[in-house]
Amino acid sequence: MPMKVGNRPFFDGVDEAIHDSFMVNAVSSAQDGLRGRKLSATIGDKALGDWEEWRSAGEEIRAHTLNNLDYYLKQLSDHFAARGGHVFFAETAEEARDYIKKVCKEKNAKHVVKAKSMVTEEISLNEVLEEEGCEVLETDLAEFILQVDHDQPSHIVVPSVHKNRQQIRVAFRKLGYEGSDDPKELAGFARKTLRSKFLNADVGITGCNFAVADTGSICLVTNEGNANMVTSFPETQITVMGMERLVPTWKELDVVVSLLCRSSVGQRLTTYVTDITPKPNQDAVDSPKDYHLVIVDAGRSNALGTDFQSALHCIRCAACINVCPVYRHIGGHAYGSIYPGPIGAVLSPILGGYEEYGKLPYASSLCAACSEACPVKIPLHKLLIRHREKYVEGGGHPPVMERAAMKGFSIGASSPAIFRAGTKMAPIMLKPLVHNGSIPKGPGPMKPWTHGRDLPAPSKENFRDWFKKHKQQSATIRTKGTGESL
Amino acid sequence: MNGTIENRDSFLEKIAGKLNRTPGEAPELPIWAHKPQERVYNDYSEEQLTVMMKKACEPIHTSVYETTLDGLAKQLVQLIDKYGAGKIVATKDERFEAFGLSNVLDSYQVYTWNYKEGRKNIDKAAEATIGLSICDVMLAESATAGLFNDKDKARSVSLLPETSVVIVPKSCIVPRMTQAMQLIENKVEHGEEVSSYINFISGPSNSADIEMRLVVGVHGPIKVAYIIVSDV
Repeated sequence: MPMKVGNRPFFDGVDEAIHDSFMVNAVSSAQDGLRGRKLSATIGDKALGDWEEWRSAGEEIRAHTLNNLDYYLKQLSDHFAARGGHVFFAETAEEARDYIKKVCKEKNAKHVVKAKSMVTEEISLNEVLEEEGCEVLETDLAEFILQVDHDQPSHIVVPSVHKNRQQIRVAFRKLGYEGSDDPKELAGFARKTLRSKFLNADVGITGCNFAVADTGSICLVTNEGNANMVTSFPETQITVMGMERLVPTWKELDVVVSLLCRSSVGQRLTTYVTDITPKPNQDAVDSPKDYHLVIVDAGRSNALGTDFQSALHCIRCAACINVCPVYRHIGGHAYGSIYPGPIGAVLSPILGGYEEYGKLPYASSLCAACSEACPVKIPLHKLLIRHREKYVEGGGHPPVMERAAMKGFSIGASSPAIFRAGTKMAPIMLKPLVHNGSIPKGPGPMKPWTHGRDLPAPSKENFRDWFKKHKQQSATIRTKGTGESL
Repeated sequence: MNGTIENRDSFLEKIAGKLNRTPGEAPELPIWAHKPQERVYNDYSEEQLTVMMKKACEPIHTSVYETTLDGLAKQLVQLIDKYGAGKIVATKDERFEAFGLSNVLDSYQVYTWNYKEGRKNIDKAAEATIGLSICDVMLAESATAGLFNDKDKARSVSLLPETSVVIVPKSCIVPRMTQAMQLIENKVEHGEEVSSYINFISGPSNSADIEMRLVVGVHGPIKVAYIIVSDV
């Protein structure tokens, strides 16, 4: 499964993550920082007007584009090809990989530089190109760190958030780094190491933040300058885009870029907003001579025309991740998908199926902070609930104990006599487990709960008896108080 | 020459089928109910925009200077000296001459981009300490220089040298991205070709990827300075 991170079952990953105190602290602190910056740049920026209206504008644009996706993709590809670029539509990750591999082979490429791209992570592009004998270099600072340390991303916007500077220094030593753990010095080393790689690479590969359908243009939203390097010096350029990542015209691009920059990192605009349109035959020296666009489905069409279509409105800002209380405690790797957090829990089952990712929608308290944070108003918590329903209804695989418990409850709750007997029996049955008025160590389904806290012991008096008693008392008081007969 | 398109028909048919649409049928672009972007700073005067732009330079670690056309050469010289002179590269842009800067370029032996020289240009930009460009549109809200790069106004000039100096004609300051996009869209509507590389740059390259600590200067320039020229 290409988008998979690690091989652990979800709950094992969670157990490991919550005990990693550095990671938990780093993630909490990153969340607080990014969330604060987002709030200042959105609700806090009064000059923008009503932030809710901006969200509505984003929602409207994304919904229209997705509802007419085939048309806008046709328009995009027509314009891209009319300017001399080559477009390949890939239904699967494998088709996308094979096409890119073929292009690299034709160019006899030995050195490939990449700018950060979630979709190329998703299709596991690097491994395939490396098998072909290409040196593939990630050039975004975080991705470069992860590549050197053979690690995987844990956040969409800040992929190396789980690593500290000492770990990074140790990783860089593999490349001959002898400096300190000062972030400036570490970044300076990456600058020096990668500069000649940029200038001498054969192929440059990037993702795509947004494409503009009416001119066949690709927009990249970055801060470090590496994407500009990658799109300027290699003779061959390949852009890989998820098929939903486009807007009709430049006017809509304005809105989605504004939403993305402010919601992801709290900047009015990122340092570089770069719009590239093919022109391979031009005389420009610092421009690719051959430009390819690979448009990837890889499971996205599973969401079209379903309750989950709005998940494809996502602009990958990670605002939902930065407010999620579950992500805060387990970090990104525990999700087992390159797309973590609320959007990951919605998107991963769509792209990779319930068999692999069916448990992720349970990684939520359903507090709806994610839906509120989303700049294009994706109702994330509702989609998580819908996933849970579908997981249980259809091909889902809830554990045997859970199924048995639900079956038992269904029988008990459908017969008043059994239900009554059950509520009377519960305090007696659980008595051996009760210690000082609570259950500190529960068996079976209670186990995960009591692992972290005590479960209150069931009261000897059940609700029905309590209600009956209070109803009688209340009637007596009212009768006495008003002097009226009932 | 047109490029190629592969695998499109079946791909789009599948999507159209799921959306219950006739494949490729053109929708009407809606009149958007929400257009908050059009109201942001839309009544600001040129002076107000300039003040806002200067203020926006602070958080993006960018120095900003303002001068008249007469004072531009002197200001540029001061800035070049401040950044240690050294090797300098400039875009090929007729506005350098129109702004009276030819003498400055000559006296500092500035290498002016010439695409006919091929790879030599990139080598010159890579070894230069200062790159000189003139911006096409300036977004006041974020102090963003919009550069419509081409074979002469080369992207390398504002990317490879450690310091990027951008001259900003005051008349090209607009409120925000909205007006720049409108400018591009107007060109499209009039059948003009969109520049192959439109670069919106807000200050020096930076990263907060290591423990969320901001590092200014990663792969692109480490320092950026703007010179606003008031009467051009």
